[in-house]
Amino acid sequence: MADLKLHGFWYSPYTMRVVWTLKLKGISYENIEEDRYNKSPQLLEYNPVHKKTPVLVHGGKPICESMVIVEYIDELWPQNPLLPHDPYQRAQAKFWIAYAEQMVPVKTAMIFSTNAEEKEKAVEKTWEHFKILEDHCLADKREFFGGEKINIVDIAIGSLFAFLVTIEDLKQVKILVAEKFPRLHLWFDNFKNVPIIKENFPDREKMLATMKYILQRRLASS
Amino acid sequence: MEDKLSEVVLFGSWYSPYTSRVKLALKLKGIPFKYVEENLSNKSELLLKYNPIHKKVPVLLHNGMPICESLIILEYIDEVWNHAPKLLPEDPYQRSRVRFWANYTDQKIMPASYPLLLLKGEKKQKAIEDMEEMQRVLEEGIKQDFPEQFSFFNGKTIGLLDIFMGVNCYNYKAFHEVTNSEIIGPKNPKIFMWVNALKEHPLMKDTLPPHDKVVAMLKTMIAPTPDV
Repeated sequence: MADLKLHGFWYSPYTMRVVWTLKLKGISYENIEEDRYNKSPQLLEYNPVHKKTPVLVHGGKPICESMVIVEYIDELWPQNPLLPHDPYQRAQAKFWIAYAEQMVPVKTAMIFSTNAEEKEKAVEKTWEHFKILEDHCLADKREFFGGEKINIVDIAIGSLFAFLVTIEDLKQVKILVAEKFPRLHLWFDNFKNVPIIKENFPDREKMLATMKYILQRRLASS
Repeated sequence: MEDKLSEVVLFGSWYSPYTSRVKLALKLKGIPFKYVEENLSNKSELLLKYNPIHKKVPVLLHNGMPICESLIILEYIDEVWNHAPKLLPEDPYQRSRVRFWANYTDQKIMPASYPLLLLKGEKKQKAIEDMEEMQRVLEEGIKQDFPEQFSFFNGKTIGLLDIFMGVNCYNYKAFHEVTNSEIIGPKNPKIFMWVNALKEHPLMKDTLPPHDKVVAMLKTMIAPTPDV
């Protein structure tokens, strides 16, 4: 068995990506749940630059950044490959993963929006991104970004959408509107029903409670 | 099997560091390509067709198919033209560290560089200090991750991080001159040695814009207001 440890936050989309990757490939690992308010000395030693999760430690050597970790795992454990074999398809997959990251600051803006106008603006911006995904990636009505099976793009975007559910609950706003984005909505339903994803999907109520707590603490300290 | 000698076209801009990265990678691998200089204030229809989402340079066109984003392009080049010299190391762990530092450069260092040009007074001073701190972090990280590095990160030939670093720092003197700072210097000995070795590399000299041209370009980017 490989000597693998994962330092993460169960509620973080970035940690989810690594967990899903490990589970999809049937790789055993030790899960180390970090406390964001009291990070372990090991974490700080393994990721001194960013001091963030997730960090995968393999044979004592740390790998940081969720997508770098996912690629690393895919290279060393090629069963159930997550990256396409063809170099052009790989480049396209990486493009969409990078694109998805652009949605993150907008989500943050939404979480911290203090009035209806700010919230509205953030939702509109998110919808622009959704339209691009809908029109460019899912136009051929594929089941997943990876085609018939989920791949690294599904995992990257799926993790962000898992978090999106919590934002919708938190801010009481519907963002992934089925009527506006039928293909994206269907994709997310399909994604959540992939057995391994379903088994390892964060509990909705727990997520909401956790985010409320984090937000409260953040606002209290500012 | 695809014909790797099929037309390769690079859409770019002479002062875009992201474009220079791709030029270097193509030249390093000995890949013949056609270069199209874009006017970024009047982008060509082809550029907008090949990169409709971001509308940015560089875009690599291979067999009529576009690849965008410099890091993605470099990895693509390394995979398709997988002969030596390799841009990325073979070892997966080393590859993860190269990707980590490439991301650090793109997420932290690059976004901080342009604003620095525009700032004045105290804000500028703070930005300079932040940039120096990032160089320190890079220095420490490189010492830790690549302790046996000789001249260049791949040993005798340049690789992806050399390309990134070379492009960013080749004209460090121009940057210092225009911002009146000294961000790259002997206080970060490993980086300083590395940057100076890269400056002497024939490929860098051959590809990257000369000092005076860069100074002129940087000066046009600075707002013409006096220091406060």
